[in-house]
Amino acid sequence: MNIALDLLAPYDFAFFQRGMVAATLAGALCGVLGVFVVLRGMSYIGHGLSHAVFGGAAASAVMSINFFVGAGIWGVISGVLIGRIARQKIIGADAAIGIVTTASFAGGIALLNRYGQARKSIEAVLFGSVLGVSWADIAAILAVSLAVGAIVLFAYRAFLFATFDPQVATVSGERVAAIEVILMVMLSVTILVTMRVIGTLLISALLVIPAATARMVTNSFSRMLMLSPMIGAACCLVGMNLSYHLDTSAGATIILVAAAVFTATYLLAGRRARLRVASLNHL
Amino acid sequence: MHIRRGEFVGIVGPSGSGKTSLLRAITGSLVAARGSVEVARGTRIGYVPQVESVDWNFPITVGEVLAMTRTRRHWPGTSSSERAEMAEVLDGLGLNGLEGRHIRELSGGQQQRVFVARAMFGKPDILILDEPTSGVDVRTRHEILHLLRDLHSKGSTILLTTHDLNGLASHLPRLVCLNREVIADGSPRETLIPEVLERTYGAPLHVLEHGGMPIVLDHDYASSELLRDAERQMRTEREAL
Repeated sequence: MNIALDLLAPYDFAFFQRGMVAATLAGALCGVLGVFVVLRGMSYIGHGLSHAVFGGAAASAVMSINFFVGAGIWGVISGVLIGRIARQKIIGADAAIGIVTTASFAGGIALLNRYGQARKSIEAVLFGSVLGVSWADIAAILAVSLAVGAIVLFAYRAFLFATFDPQVATVSGERVAAIEVILMVMLSVTILVTMRVIGTLLISALLVIPAATARMVTNSFSRMLMLSPMIGAACCLVGMNLSYHLDTSAGATIILVAAAVFTATYLLAGRRARLRVASLNHL
Repeated sequence: MHIRRGEFVGIVGPSGSGKTSLLRAITGSLVAARGSVEVARGTRIGYVPQVESVDWNFPITVGEVLAMTRTRRHWPGTSSSERAEMAEVLDGLGLNGLEGRHIRELSGGQQQRVFVARAMFGKPDILILDEPTSGVDVRTRHEILHLLRDLHSKGSTILLTTHDLNGLASHLPRLVCLNREVIADGSPRETLIPEVLERTYGAPLHVLEHGGMPIVLDHDYASSELLRDAERQMRTEREAL
C-alpha cells in the first residue's frame, strides 16, 4: 500500500503531470520519426539537427523572438540544407553536417554567453527541463504528433517506397525529393518541440534507440513503425517516474532506460536479431 | 532503335557504354542531352533494379515490397482485392505463400523474382531490368532466364541490360550492341560476331558455335592452344559438311 502511494506521489504535482504527458508524447513522436531516421541512415543528421536548432533557440532568446518561431525557422532551414548536402555527397556529408551544425551550436552558446542573461536557460535547452514544461509546450507537441502521425499514415506507401528504393520510386513517378524535404521538416519541427523536455544533447538518442530496438524485434516495416513509438513512449513514462524517485535529470534517465531496454533486447534477441542492428547505416 | 510491343530486347556493351544511362533516359529519370527518347503516351514502366542495389537488411516483407508501389492507396493496410491481385502475381512467379516472409530469407532466384513481381504488380506495358543476372549464381541465372522467357511468351514486352554475353544475351531474340552509339541491332547470330564485338568492346573477341548458339570468348582465352584446336576442328567439320 505504502509502495503504491510512494509510486503515485509525484502525480500530486501539476508540473510532474505536465512533464509526464509531454515526455510520453515526445517518446511516441520520436519513435515514429526514428524509424525513418534509422532506416535512412540519418542518425547523425538527427544529432546534428538538434544542435543546429539550439543555435536558433539561442538567437531567438537573444532577439526576444518567440522560441518556436525563431528556432523553427532556423531548424527547418538547416534541416533542408543538411538534406541537400547529404544527398549531393560532394564533400563528405558527415563532415559538412558536422561543420554546419556545430557552428550553429557554438554560435548559440556564444550568443547566450554574450547577450543572454541566464545560464539556466542554456542548461534547460541542453538537458531539458521538466519543471519548465507548460501546457503550451504540450499543445505544441500534441499538434506536431498529430500532424506527423497523419502525414505518415496518409502517405505511408510513398514514404516506404522512397525510403526503401528511391531509384525505382523516382522511375515510378514518386516525388522522392519532396518526400525527403517533408521528412527533414518533420524531423526539425519534432526536435524543436521536444527539446525542452528531453534536451538538445539527448534528443538524438530518443530518435535512434526505440527504432533500433524495434528493428531487432521485427522484420516488417509496418510492425516496426507500430512498435518503435510504443517503445519510445514506454521508456519516457518509466524514465520520468524513475527520475522523480532517484532525483536525477528526466532527460538523462529516459535515455538510460531506453539504453537499458535496447541492451536487454540485444542480449535476449539472439544472434540474427543482433545482425539486423549491425546492418543499420550510420549516415 | 525502336522497341515494339511484345518484343524481348537485350542491350549489351562495356562498362561506361551508356546502357544504364539509356535505361534512365527511357524511364524518364535522366534527360537526354542529345537525341530524344519517345515513349508512347500512358506507357506504364515496371522497373526491376539490380539485386546488388537492394538493401537486403531493410525490414520489409514480400507483401510490403509489392504493396509499396500502389501509392494511390493512402493507408498502410492492403484491401482484399489488392491481396487477391498480389496472390495472383506471386502465384504466377512461383512465390505463392511467401507474402509474410522477409526478403532476406529467400533464395537468390526468389529474391530477383520478388522485384519482378513488384514490377508486374503495377501492370506494366514494358518490363525494364537492369543487369538481372549480375551478382547471382548459375542456378539463379537459369531461373531468371526461364522466367523472362515465360513472361515474354505470355505477351510481356521486356528490355534488359546485361554483361553476360553467353549466359543471357545469346539466349535473347534481339540484341542491341551499344558503345556510346548503337553498333548493331539484331538477332544474336547477327550481333554476336567478331567484327561487331570488337567495335563494341574495343578488344578482339572470338566467337565459337555450340549447338547452334554463339559462344563469345575473350582474347586471353582465345589465344590458347586449346581454342585454336577447337576452331580448327570446327572448320574441318564445316568443310566435311
